[in-house]
Amino acid sequence: MSKKGFRPDVDAPEYKGKYTPYDIIKEGTIALVVVALLTVLLAFVFGSPDERAITIKTWSDNAPVDFATTALSELNGTSATATYGAPYNHNGDGQAIGPLNLAKLVGVHIPIDTAHDFVVGPLRTQPNNPKLTTALATWTTASTSTQTAWLDNYTKASSKMKVVNGNVIVPATNAGPVPIMINDLTQMAQSGALDAALVAGHGFYTTNYTKPLLFISDGTYLAAVAQKQHILGEQWGMMNETGMYPGQPWLWLYTMLYQIPPYSTTWADNADIYVWATMMILTAGLLLVPFIPGIRTIPRKVKVYRLIWREHYEA
Amino acid sequence: MSTEIDRQWTTRLRKRLTGKLPPEKLLPDTQPAYVASWIYVFGVTTLAAMGVVIGTGCILSLRGPQWWHESGVGHFVNSLHLWSVEIFFFAMIVHLWGKYFMAAWRGGRALTWMTGVVTFVVSIVTGLTGYVSQTNFDSQWISTQAKDGINATGGGAFFNVLNLGQMLMWHIVLLPIGAVLLTALHVLMVRVKGVVPPFEDTPKTVKAEVAQ
Amino acid sequence: MSWLASLIPMDHYGHYISWHFIQVSVANLVIIVLMVVTFIAALLLPFPGRARRRGNK
Repeated sequence: MSKKGFRPDVDAPEYKGKYTPYDIIKEGTIALVVVALLTVLLAFVFGSPDERAITIKTWSDNAPVDFATTALSELNGTSATATYGAPYNHNGDGQAIGPLNLAKLVGVHIPIDTAHDFVVGPLRTQPNNPKLTTALATWTTASTSTQTAWLDNYTKASSKMKVVNGNVIVPATNAGPVPIMINDLTQMAQSGALDAALVAGHGFYTTNYTKPLLFISDGTYLAAVAQKQHILGEQWGMMNETGMYPGQPWLWLYTMLYQIPPYSTTWADNADIYVWATMMILTAGLLLVPFIPGIRTIPRKVKVYRLIWREHYEA
Repeated sequence: MSTEIDRQWTTRLRKRLTGKLPPEKLLPDTQPAYVASWIYVFGVTTLAAMGVVIGTGCILSLRGPQWWHESGVGHFVNSLHLWSVEIFFFAMIVHLWGKYFMAAWRGGRALTWMTGVVTFVVSIVTGLTGYVSQTNFDSQWISTQAKDGINATGGGAFFNVLNLGQMLMWHIVLLPIGAVLLTALHVLMVRVKGVVPPFEDTPKTVKAEVAQ
Repeated sequence: MSWLASLIPMDHYGHYISWHFIQVSVANLVIIVLMVVTFIAALLLPFPGRARRRGNK
């Protein structure tokens, strides 16, 4: 290649110098042994975290008012899941970046009807409860406007919700079967039966926890536990781990974007898609470094390489 | 007859592969004298860590995804898996820094750089699927948070972080296969192209630049 | 086999450092600092076998 055509940030000079003996298998073996020993040492000294999963039972036992309030929001269609939009339902527009609403474009592929899937459906599985059976029949045969009126009346009074002797008490009038449904769902949750009902939809086996996880995350209990562990989004939680463990420091840029304007201000309602778009662009940038003038010139300008290859240059 | 044999797919593939990577290039016994810095150990360290990650993952697979909650030995193996992952990312990023400051993409090595970046990204996704497969509070929190970012891209309709079965299978089958294939490609490319030579840089050149 | 769990108890709430809008756990900060120190050390520390490489003409 002629000197004229040589681009120092793209091309490499031909090496005509010395070669030294090199045992690649020995190097690999030493690396494996060293890494394995270091891993054993770290595992022995620090272990690994294992905070117990929260069940719907633990949630409703520890925070019954939060559970019952969330159950109401599932029934009256105001919960985060109920209003999410794609991929769960059509009840929200989801996030958009400019005019582009990607989730909506792709559509509903994991259909969730919170009133049915989280409340009415599980309640139907409860045996030997004539009061509940009557309440459910009243609910399903009522018109939509009647159901809405019951829910509005119950919701207005729900700020005064109390749990007394295991019963959910709300001073609502003209709420139809709603008080019985919310109360019985809370008791079903506290018995552990709701955990089972939410996953047994398709039969005995399941490995899909979409429904109970969405239900739990609609409440505030999960987030309260997360806050104590310093793993909320606004606590840079994406980088963190429970306890005193290191987490994922390599996610620093991803999580940092959520904390700064405009992601935290102008774009806050669509922060996720804006952060993703930014990270995709930056990742593409990292991928294409060899082709980006300026970025690919920095190593030659900064001259850190003179430390790496100092023996070569001294020779 | 020999022309027929020469035209066979097997013969053509073998000649192509052995032409590009003869045994002495695949397993060399010498290296250029400029490969003389501790920065060069982080590639093989990343590889070694990947081996320990996969090995400990295989041990965890022997007794299933609940084992580590129920057994002290299982919990220890989980700890080995966690710390080998931390070492893996640690070494990989130091390796990335070193390769950047060497401008290691020079001399037709752009694909080597790019396979490295893709492997980095695949590793992050592998880590995410691992976190949501732990079947503990961490999995619950991480999955319910991560779903919003993934849903916003439209990907959540197909890649459901709340679906343990799906996430576990991505974590132990699809992504490791991808990561291993990409890593193999990356390492083989280094063998084919050789380690990138130093910048052309003599004391004369440096003095001239300083004088300017 | 509780002795396999961990020598140092790590299940208490972690310690966090705040600086302007940045919040980082002590554990993560240690790892990040270690990475930078390791990188600098790798650049500066002499690599063994120098005499051997000089002698190989």
